[in-house]
Amino acid sequence: MYNEETCRFLKTHEWAFAEGENAVVGISNHAQEEISDIVFVDLPKVGRVVKAGENCCVIESVKSASEIYAPVSGEIIAVNEALNGDPALVNREPHAGGWLFKIKMSDPSEMNALLDLAAYNATIGK
Amino acid sequence: MTHTLKKTALCSSCEQAGGKMVDFHGWLLPVQFDSIIAEHKAVRNAAGMFDVSHMGQIRVTGADAWKFLQHISCNIIKNTPAAGTYFHILTEQGTIIDDAIAFCINETDFLVVVNAACIDEDFAWLTKQAATFAVKVSNESDQWSMIALQGPTAVETADKILPGVLDLLRFHIKEISLFGAKGYVTRTGYTGEDGVEIMLPNAQIETLWSTLLKLGVKPCGLGARDVLRLEAGYLLNGADADQTKTPYEANCGWVVKLTKEEFIGKMALETKKAAGFATKLRAFKLKNPGVPREGCKVFYNGVETGTLTSGTFSPLFKGIAVGYASTEIPLGAEVEIEIHGRKVPAEVVKTPFYKNRV
Repeated sequence: MYNEETCRFLKTHEWAFAEGENAVVGISNHAQEEISDIVFVDLPKVGRVVKAGENCCVIESVKSASEIYAPVSGEIIAVNEALNGDPALVNREPHAGGWLFKIKMSDPSEMNALLDLAAYNATIGK
Repeated sequence: MTHTLKKTALCSSCEQAGGKMVDFHGWLLPVQFDSIIAEHKAVRNAAGMFDVSHMGQIRVTGADAWKFLQHISCNIIKNTPAAGTYFHILTEQGTIIDDAIAFCINETDFLVVVNAACIDEDFAWLTKQAATFAVKVSNESDQWSMIALQGPTAVETADKILPGVLDLLRFHIKEISLFGAKGYVTRTGYTGEDGVEIMLPNAQIETLWSTLLKLGVKPCGLGARDVLRLEAGYLLNGADADQTKTPYEANCGWVVKLTKEEFIGKMALETKKAAGFATKLRAFKLKNPGVPREGCKVFYNGVETGTLTSGTFSPLFKGIAVGYASTEIPLGAEVEIEIHGRKVPAEVVKTPFYKNRV
């Protein structure tokens, strides 16, 4: 199961966790704290093909909109429908129920380029 | 940071209370404390307070004080002691320099409360216009700090430290003595709730803040303030109004009294009003989830008709916004607002979104 320890991160605060050939994607606890009060998540369409680093999702708080980048390349095969009714789930459970979408990876080796928790924490001064 | 931000006398109090500080027109102010949604809820259901010390106070005194204010205001300025009047300061072209409130202390002494970002321009404009009047215009902005205490329980809370304030009429001012200093309390606000704004010298304002904290008042930031004022249908000068717009276009025709003999901008407004307006500040409520923001384009029947000047997520109404768009679009019509490349349907509605209880 994915948690903060087992996820890999982007400097832009997304996390990814490999489940076989799929990657589950979310945002870090630090990111949800910074964004705060998430009121809407504009999820990508299932079936969309994304490249690593591509902007594919928008998280809206009362005050601002944050673009979310795909940590790895592949096809979006699922989105977290629970966020449509309860976007604040991302605030409450950024590493569990508040995941955003799943990507069927076209190149699983891209996961190796992502940061581990210690390296990510260093980028946020933790 | 490339420039030094101005700090209010409440800056460290706000930081101590957990305020997330941001640059607001050159001032370091809290955008939020713990949560914009929680702060919004406190003001709609109980009481919240805002540091509004950055706002300006311009005093107009002298034999011609009222006559002079009548000259620079499109609204009829009340000259009964304690009465306040909301008005717009206009250019000769009838466009909006600022919106402000003039409080009559007495017939020869008025206190004008103006927007922070406009203090210098307002003061220069008033000073220039004052040349032919027997008045003195003084910028007292640096001397005063101010807390806006807002919400259904705000006035009864204020009454605990300012006995009698419950009797203060809406839009009126009263001189006060508090913590050994002279100040003012006004029954005004920018949230659509009942409440007061308390002006004290800088040296006393921290005591007022800590006293209100102990009374259970929630500190609120600019983020909640923006949601509350947009729900209540109040203009944000600099966003929803500026020197390219007349009060009519800004949906504030009621502030213009063409029956007045004279005021700056009157002739231009008469001409422009007779010609009619192609666009006005219109209000929109999203039909689907999403958060409209300043700068989003508005489409009607597939054709671009305008741009949002303010938009937010309202905990009460979800996506709400205002922007300049064609006056020909009927109320209730469906438009589309483009948000991150996605067109979201919205209904054209009347303001205020939130019908206040005051």
